[in-house]
Amino acid sequence: MQPIPRRILFAFILLLGLAWTTSSRLGPEAAASGQPAAPQTGFPAPEIILETLDGESISLADLQGQAVIVNFWASWCPPCRAEMPAIQRVYDDYRAGGLVVLAVNTSDNLADAQAFLSANGLTFPVLFDHDGAVGVRYRVSVLPTTFFIDKRGIIRSVVIGGPLSEASLRARIADLLEEAP
Amino acid sequence: MFPVLQVGPLALRTPVLFLLAGVFLGLSLAERHAARRGVDPARLYPLVLVVLLAGVLGARLSYAAGQAAAFRSAPLSLLSLDSGLLDPWGGLAAGLLAALVYGQRKRLPFWSTLDALTPALAVSAIAVGLAHLAAGSAFGAPVSLPWSVLLWGVRRHPSQVYEILSALAILGLLWPRFRREARPGELFLLFIAISAGARLFLETFRGDSLPVFGGMRLAQIVAWLVLAAALWVFEARRGTADKAAGAE
Repeated sequence: MQPIPRRILFAFILLLGLAWTTSSRLGPEAAASGQPAAPQTGFPAPEIILETLDGESISLADLQGQAVIVNFWASWCPPCRAEMPAIQRVYDDYRAGGLVVLAVNTSDNLADAQAFLSANGLTFPVLFDHDGAVGVRYRVSVLPTTFFIDKRGIIRSVVIGGPLSEASLRARIADLLEEAP
Repeated sequence: MFPVLQVGPLALRTPVLFLLAGVFLGLSLAERHAARRGVDPARLYPLVLVVLLAGVLGARLSYAAGQAAAFRSAPLSLLSLDSGLLDPWGGLAAGLLAALVYGQRKRLPFWSTLDALTPALAVSAIAVGLAHLAAGSAFGAPVSLPWSVLLWGVRRHPSQVYEILSALAILGLLWPRFRREARPGELFLLFIAISAGARLFLETFRGDSLPVFGGMRLAQIVAWLVLAAALWVFEARRGTADKAAGAE
């Protein structure tokens, strides 16, 4: 018996690949909106409801239509402290354009956190995750961890560790703010 | 899911560790077989180093060019370790260009060098799967099977495990060919064709495919084109070799 000619074999492989590609097309239902909330790029951001120092309650779900940076931090963490001034500068520049920063203080001592905040003149909302539940929900294993959330509430990038450079913040935020809500 | 390895005060990114280990182990394997293909093993490390450096540099500069305003107000960020500030296509282009220039300068035989690097590529492919597993990225489509895994809130195909198994199988399949003589380029083209075919097949079980043209998955279209190109070049090179042999 003659072996199958190579060209016919190759053509057969390519046809098979084409058929497989066509048959595994995605239906219209496979959009990101059908995903469950998860702390991962491409998923809806899990809910955050926490209080600021002044006792004001802030919910992430209410911020749809705005680009949000969620930054998990603690005052004892050097890279967290190092990146705060850059976050403040970016917040000053883009606040009017629709940027919200939520700095979630976690695994920290309240007095230390307050001392750091007043010493550095930070003006964005700082939320206190007293029982660490939000940190667990966001699977934060390292401080700082920063989530960039778009106007539809979808996580667009996650940066584990830091300090974040100022261009990292500016580039990502500029992209998110350009999009239609 | 173990994105970070905590060593004392250092938080090491596990995916990056896997990739570096993969490239290093792969190169050690490639080194052992390079001489058989007429490639000086001592040339492989500098080649890969040049390609990696040019790739990272190109990726960062290309990203910065697209975000000129952000970098103009913070130029020091060009040196940032943030791996998100990289443009993969710019990096690929710069890496390939550097490889071509370096290869020409050092007079490396084109196809034999690619063959010599194939063991490194095959091992690195396993490392890519491990990196995806560690980061929980490249995740599977939701499905209820006995071997489904719970990831990001839903039971899914363990697509990262499929990826690792397929890369291991490809390495195992090609292993005997690493020591065998063959026409220059055929080992590399075979590796590319099989890897593209595996990607085309496995993409179906991914939950993060990018749809284009009415739901076709972009990765499958690209994989099919790569597969077709590899087979076409393989066939064309065989054809000219046979003609040359016939003429003698």
